[in-house]
Amino acid sequence: MAEYKRPVNEQEFNENFKQKKPLMNDTQAFYESSRCLFCYDAPCMEACPTGIDIPLFIKQINTGNTEGAAKTIYDANWMGNACGTICPTGVLCEGACVYNNQDVAPLLIGRLQNFATKSVIDANTKMFAAGEDNGKKVAIIGAGPAGISCACELRTLGYEVDIFEAKANPSGLTVHGIAPYKISNEEVLAEMKFLQSQLGYNIKYNTSITSKEQLQEIESNYDAVFIGVGLGATAKLNMTGENLEGVVGAVEFIEELRMKHADVSIAKNVVVIGGGNTAMDAASGSARLGADAVTLAYRRSKEDMGAYDFEYNLAVGAGVNGLFNASPLEIVGNGKVEGVKFIKTESINGKLSTIEGSEFTVPCEMVIKATGQAKQGSFFELIDGLEIDNKTRVKVNKNTNQTTNPKYFAGGDAINGGAEVVNGAYDGKLAANGIHEWLMK
Amino acid sequence: MADLSINFAGIKAPNPFWLASAPPTNSGYQIMKAYDAGWGGAVWKTLGMPTINVSSRYGATNYGSRRMAGFSNIELISDRPLEDNLREMREVTKRFPNHATIASLMVDTQAEWNDIIKQVEDAGAKGIELNFGCPHGMCERGMGSAVGQDPVALKAIVEWVMDAANIPVITKLSPNISHITDPGLAAVEAKTDAISLINTVKSIVGIDLDTYAPYPVVDGKGTNGGYCGPAVKPIALHMLKDLAQHQLIKGTPISGIGGIETWRDVVEFILLGATSIQVCTAVMHYGFGIVREMEEGLHKFMDDKGYKTIYDFTGKALPNVTEWKHLNLKSDMKAKINEDKCIGCDVCYIACDDAAHQAIKLPTEGRIPSIIEENCVGCNLCSLVCPVENCITMERVDDGSEHVTWDELTLADKIPDTWNDDRAGGKGHFVPEPMEAMANKRKDRSGERNKQ
Repeated sequence: MAEYKRPVNEQEFNENFKQKKPLMNDTQAFYESSRCLFCYDAPCMEACPTGIDIPLFIKQINTGNTEGAAKTIYDANWMGNACGTICPTGVLCEGACVYNNQDVAPLLIGRLQNFATKSVIDANTKMFAAGEDNGKKVAIIGAGPAGISCACELRTLGYEVDIFEAKANPSGLTVHGIAPYKISNEEVLAEMKFLQSQLGYNIKYNTSITSKEQLQEIESNYDAVFIGVGLGATAKLNMTGENLEGVVGAVEFIEELRMKHADVSIAKNVVVIGGGNTAMDAASGSARLGADAVTLAYRRSKEDMGAYDFEYNLAVGAGVNGLFNASPLEIVGNGKVEGVKFIKTESINGKLSTIEGSEFTVPCEMVIKATGQAKQGSFFELIDGLEIDNKTRVKVNKNTNQTTNPKYFAGGDAINGGAEVVNGAYDGKLAANGIHEWLMK
Repeated sequence: MADLSINFAGIKAPNPFWLASAPPTNSGYQIMKAYDAGWGGAVWKTLGMPTINVSSRYGATNYGSRRMAGFSNIELISDRPLEDNLREMREVTKRFPNHATIASLMVDTQAEWNDIIKQVEDAGAKGIELNFGCPHGMCERGMGSAVGQDPVALKAIVEWVMDAANIPVITKLSPNISHITDPGLAAVEAKTDAISLINTVKSIVGIDLDTYAPYPVVDGKGTNGGYCGPAVKPIALHMLKDLAQHQLIKGTPISGIGGIETWRDVVEFILLGATSIQVCTAVMHYGFGIVREMEEGLHKFMDDKGYKTIYDFTGKALPNVTEWKHLNLKSDMKAKINEDKCIGCDVCYIACDDAAHQAIKLPTEGRIPSIIEENCVGCNLCSLVCPVENCITMERVDDGSEHVTWDELTLADKIPDTWNDDRAGGKGHFVPEPMEAMANKRKDRSGERNKQ
């Protein structure tokens, strides 16, 4: 049973993809900020990967110093506004709020954060300035959260910064890979413009770095290089029927959703394969686009899913049906997708096995594969002396994010294999300081 | 069910809840509405001579999300024509003959006092309240708090009034004075029928950070206001106690005023000797309807305790309010943290470590703090800052068998002459060395982080 009607215009799209964490008004922010206990050595702050001084910025909001609050946030996290909206706050800062321990609603930290950052972005308040030119240049590959954060931090330290970005927009995952009800393109890009206009780094769009020659040129023109390449396209399933019309990757589906909104086509019956947060976004997105039936199929149990509970619940709330312990065998169809053939699974002592003779087919006209993104191993191989681990993650010094090739630093998905925007923001800032330390030695 | 009716110095009322002379009693309309809502009496906004009020008039002290923890005004006495007030007073007293409709008065000369007393008596007022309290505006013209601060002048005027009045007279005192018993005694010596207190406290509630003018701002300037509301209740309770314990004043009925908003406030004022209470700010904030909570709460308190009238518990707290020198130095309290309720905000820890006696420590794992018994002086700070209901409690740990007071020690010539006296209470407490205060030397979690 579909919960959402097919949106046919931007207004209906926005209604179906209504912001999950809308901007607070002054009164909401005032009363909410009044509730903060100003905990000592606050758990929310410890839970934040970027260590934002949350009690301080909440107190600043409460005393009418919204600009000071924004400053506190940006001092720790260059993606302050995006993170306020898209961070899984329920498992980070808000999950750590001590109010939870007496079943009192935790502070709405993410929304308070947005309240502060959005106000300075909207007013284009002058907040940052580039440091005095120190004569050194840094190249950044990828304008995602890690790359942007690294660029911002480096500019404050006086470096000239050029970012090479394969796509046409900055912020990577934030604008391309996250469900539209978490943040709008306008909001993401407004923060990007706010930062770039005040700090003055350069972004060369539609510029993929794919060859050794390009890297050699970069190496000769720049004093250091930051790798913030993120992950690649949806990984291959290597399954029969994968090339049928109607089979798409979740990352590509969400990117299209972010860029084309109501113009994205959706089938009546959709099967989403996967159990991570991207699968939830794809399933939720399908339902909100008006699909009649969306089946979220995962080969293990519900409890084994990598997705956060709240993400799954959000998908279920949008009308998605969960199908667990169902392993896809093949995608069936004739030129076009007609269904997905599954076999039931069971887990015995943690080992997953299929149940013989339990095959069944879920009919559908569209399959969204949310089974992970391709790693950037072939790119990493282009860089001399760059060591990667067995999960194709670039090895770095945890204190500086310097790679085994000293001229290269890295952060974000390239070193963690795929995590949150907030992790990228932290990595980029850390790497910038690592670069500074290394170049100023 | 308890009987809430009172006879206050001859002024009868169905209950002790009166409106104080203030903006809520500016008209017959408001007072009738209040009586209809359940108020037992009202002191009419002060009548006197023609005057002019300014715009704006009020300012407030907010605390966190709470509006008007304190409230300040620079409004003068009634600026409505006296004849309108008297005509409405006549109507109110006729319609509500059993309610305590009281005229607050403020004039200058004896002739003026005689004249206005006659007029309000003719209008049916059940009593007169003398406004010797307003600390703004009128005091610059020698009235209001200018009288309240001058016991000699106060006594003279009360004597004029007592000569002229045929109805009970309540003298309202200003708190803007070092010893409230000075004007209190002057009023009693002049044979006032009753006292009410406190009027407002001289105040500046804040400054506009753009124009540098104090609130409330009148064309870029301001003046001191009269402060009231919940923030002044402790001052009022203390002054009430001073009067109610005074040998020469204590027989005089006292109407308690100052930050009263809930039934608990009402009970506290009665326990310290008040036999009627007056409310302004709470009504200015929430309207007349708040009397419902006061009345129901007072009823329940009296029923629970078995009191039939408010006189059954009037002044019951007075014997327990004493001087510091009579407090038992052997009483020993320790804080106790309920670990099941503790939410780990550690506000108690930092309050104690930074601002009290370094008697709370944090665990190496988790966030539940614990009390360092030997350092805990039982000061209450942790239990006061704790945001969880009944989480930190103060427990008495001595057996109550020993009793020593400073007064007793003084009389016996046994006051301590060393810093290490067992009776001094500080023995056995440790204070960390000063250098341990530096962030990178601290042993708590944030210190650990700073070291990294």
